[in-house]
Amino acid sequence: MSSPDAIVVVGAGAAGATTAETLRRQGYEGRLTLVGAEPHPPYDRPPLSKQILSGRWEPDRIRLRGPEVYDRLGIDVRPGTAACRLDPAGRAVELADGGRLRADAVVIATGVRPLTLPGTEGVSGVHVLRTLDDALALRDALALRDALGEGRRLVVAGAGLLGTEAAVAARGLGADVTLVGTAPVPLLDLVGPQAAGLVAAVHRDLGLRFRRGRVRGVVGRGGAATGVLLADGTHLPADVVLVAIGSLTNTEWLAGSGVPVGDGVVCDGLGAARPGVWAAGDVAGRPDPRTGRRRRWEHRTQATEQAVAVARNLLAGAGARPVAPLPYFWTDQHDLKIQVFGEIAGTDSCHLVEGSAAERRFTAVYCVEDRVRGAVAVNLPRSVPRLRSLVETGAVWTGQPTQA
Amino acid sequence: MKINVDRERCVGAGQCVLAAAAVFEQNPEDGLVELLLPEPSQDLHAAVTEAELICPSGAIELQS
Repeated sequence: MSSPDAIVVVGAGAAGATTAETLRRQGYEGRLTLVGAEPHPPYDRPPLSKQILSGRWEPDRIRLRGPEVYDRLGIDVRPGTAACRLDPAGRAVELADGGRLRADAVVIATGVRPLTLPGTEGVSGVHVLRTLDDALALRDALALRDALGEGRRLVVAGAGLLGTEAAVAARGLGADVTLVGTAPVPLLDLVGPQAAGLVAAVHRDLGLRFRRGRVRGVVGRGGAATGVLLADGTHLPADVVLVAIGSLTNTEWLAGSGVPVGDGVVCDGLGAARPGVWAAGDVAGRPDPRTGRRRRWEHRTQATEQAVAVARNLLAGAGARPVAPLPYFWTDQHDLKIQVFGEIAGTDSCHLVEGSAAERRFTAVYCVEDRVRGAVAVNLPRSVPRLRSLVETGAVWTGQPTQA
Repeated sequence: MKINVDRERCVGAGQCVLAAAAVFEQNPEDGLVELLLPEPSQDLHAAVTEAELICPSGAIELQS
């Protein structure tokens, strides 16, 4: 492809914003537009379920860059501007406000939205948590009920990273919280049994209840939630319900564009979906050289690393190189900081490396046939560089496995 | 080039150390960023810019 002179980045989260910024820093001088459906300029999502929900940070703390940075870089940032169609031939993005942006290259970074429970639309007291507005609405709902002396029973449907972090934050606000998830204990597959055991103990100490099960629906009266119904028929009373059961990719706007969509936008290892169309972040389904399968990563560091790679590849022409950032995520569970590299699910042995669960600080590696495929650090950040390199190189680890 | 880091925003992912180990390190206790060279020499600018871009929390700010 000859050098583009108009690039449109669709989606103004971390992936979109980083793509735009990298394009400029790589010397791209043509027109550059960053459109986002949300009314806010680019911001960081991980604090939403932590510092924002708990009220420790005000919203302006999570802004990714000040407006002067985008001005200086010549990036036309347009919040509150959803894309509704990608023109298959003309290389143009059509906007919900009726506008149309010509593009020599398009980067799709439209991310995901929360899965909801059927029949809960418009029911008051039912929340999701993806955007800043979602987080503030949930925080306000809990605070308002407190001020009015009303019930503050919160049921969190879904005990993944988002559900557990939100449950901890809401508990800190004084809510009576029940977390409902399908695994025997929350986060088991994500952080491994040792760390999940510590998380469960922290939750118990905070007075946070865990109930194993699947939420089937919300029970309401007069348009307001009064509880949830589990698949086994149990009814749990609730004044506020947070639905954190997974996500859907925002790809509907690509219908008819010819861009391949499966679980997200189907990309190659370079991040390209087809000539001139690229994708990065939560929405991008990329080949994973570690497993040979295509998959999406809803991890914060993937968003930035993919974005940097896509921006470079977009400008590199024949010099484009495949990139597969190492999976990494962290979670804060009250006083536990847990960091995970690679993947723990699907491994066949665990080896404690340092510390112990009893000390509430340890590192462990998880192997498939003696090769390190995943690693966890609990309250031991200094060990993170070593763990990263063990997973990155697929180091051989021998010795007696640790019993879970 | 002058670097500012915001330790309150830092999440300890260690991305900056990977990009520019001569400039950033992680505090051994809390894992958060420590600045070794607030005004790095020219030959380090590309690595520092990379660190700023891939920092997952926008905790690194550059002034040129």
